[in-house]
Amino acid sequence: MPEHHCSLCHIEIDGLSVSRGGQTLLHDVSMHIHCGQLTVLIGQNGAGKTTLIRALLGELPHGGVIRHVDDHGRDIPHLRTGYVPQHLLFDREMPVTVEDFLAAAFTRRPVWTGVSRKTRARVREALMAVEAADLAQRPLGRCSGGEIQRVLLALALNPAPDLLVLDEPVSGVDQNGLKMFLDTVLRLKETHHLAILLVSHDLRLVREYADHVVLLDKTVLCQGAAEAVFATPAFDAVFGQGREDK
Amino acid sequence: MMQTIYAVMDALLPLEALEFSFMKNALLAILLLTPLLGLLGTMAVNQQMAFFSDALGHSALTGIGLGIVLGVSSDLVSMLVFGVVWAILICRIRQTGSASTDTIISVFSSTSIAAGLLILSRGGGFAKYSSLLIGDVLAVTPSDLGLLLCALVIGIVLWVVMYNSLLLSSINASLARSRGVRTRLTECAFVVLVAVAVMLAIKWVGVLLINAMLILPAAAGRNLARNSRQHALWSVIIALVCGVAGLLSAYAWDTSAGAAIVLYAAACYGISLGARHLMGR
Repeated sequence: MPEHHCSLCHIEIDGLSVSRGGQTLLHDVSMHIHCGQLTVLIGQNGAGKTTLIRALLGELPHGGVIRHVDDHGRDIPHLRTGYVPQHLLFDREMPVTVEDFLAAAFTRRPVWTGVSRKTRARVREALMAVEAADLAQRPLGRCSGGEIQRVLLALALNPAPDLLVLDEPVSGVDQNGLKMFLDTVLRLKETHHLAILLVSHDLRLVREYADHVVLLDKTVLCQGAAEAVFATPAFDAVFGQGREDK
Repeated sequence: MMQTIYAVMDALLPLEALEFSFMKNALLAILLLTPLLGLLGTMAVNQQMAFFSDALGHSALTGIGLGIVLGVSSDLVSMLVFGVVWAILICRIRQTGSASTDTIISVFSSTSIAAGLLILSRGGGFAKYSSLLIGDVLAVTPSDLGLLLCALVIGIVLWVVMYNSLLLSSINASLARSRGVRTRLTECAFVVLVAVAVMLAIKWVGVLLINAMLILPAAAGRNLARNSRQHALWSVIIALVCGVAGLLSAYAWDTSAGAAIVLYAAACYGISLGARHLMGR
């Protein structure tokens, strides 16, 4: 994969709010997501983590401001976002290979007419970058949780994004798969200077990997370095005393 | 034009059954219709829309009924318009992601049958519409064939344009949207395409069996295929072979062509299940 430095410097979220059906899902969320950093969102189920991601992806109407700012403080109109969803809910018996799936996203030629040699090479290259080249001909439904995560990561990284959003990619993935996945993500953080936003439940991993931690419960309760966030009363209130030792 | 086609058919297929021009027309109709249904079926099966397309077929009755009430002279036009509107309506309901989509589709399906029957059976006259239920492919005329040819060409063009987007949306809508796919539009376009294909086919195949023509070849193909290309290929081949075999058998047995085609397709499905088992998948 070619060396890539994104033009983005950081994403500013200021006073973001989302309501639906008269219910406030998020209010007054303000935070920055910086390039070259792994920002991790933590919080209980229903704290609004996925809602925040969907607002960032432009899928939900929201109040407040989301700005994409470059090195010189100027707005970037089109942010390239790579998104790895929490899970794929699809028919596992579907005769669609990993190659079909990636080719459908990479090219306009309908995959039911086959995949061209050029696209095949591109798919292979994308899969190699996440150490999954052997998966190309595997039906998508026959991939394990960890394998699907890597395929999704390969997709999210092509074309090279400014912001990589990973929604709880750790659930349903075995420890080996998880370590491989996070190592790949961390390598990308270094080589591509990506801004990465990760939703995670695994506090041990958060402590090990995160550059910036944001504790969310409808709004930002606290944020900062992992150690600092884990030491706050707000963290204890959400996760209970002693949870940080896990 | 038709004479040339007939002459070519006589030369290529010197079968006794194809002596009559109505049989030639029927065969041409099958050759035009089944590949389109076979292709569209692959996605209908992958998206678990079999029930949905069944409800769509039933709406043809209401379409014709409303056409009569409103004084629309062409059955086809009223079926098409109503079918498309109905399709978009059910599609929007599917998109709300309600857990009881299944129930809602069932309500739609039975409502459309009841409304259609209510109008068409007024004055005890449903008998003249009963051919709609089982269809009659032997009644195809050369101008119908022109329409089916247009539908096949337009259908394939649209299928080329929308397939990748549709595949991505069917795997994960948020992911597809993050890559610039307009998922709702794509899904609705697909459903409308299915509606048009179903409405064009219904007169020849019948309300009762149209869904089987859409679903069975694709379901059988799915058991044999490993990737999207093989799925499309198997589905189209099975649809074509069953279509032709069904038509010729129906002629020999003097029975409904639609029924024979569907039984062949059902047999293919059974065989494909066995093959899948043997392949250890």
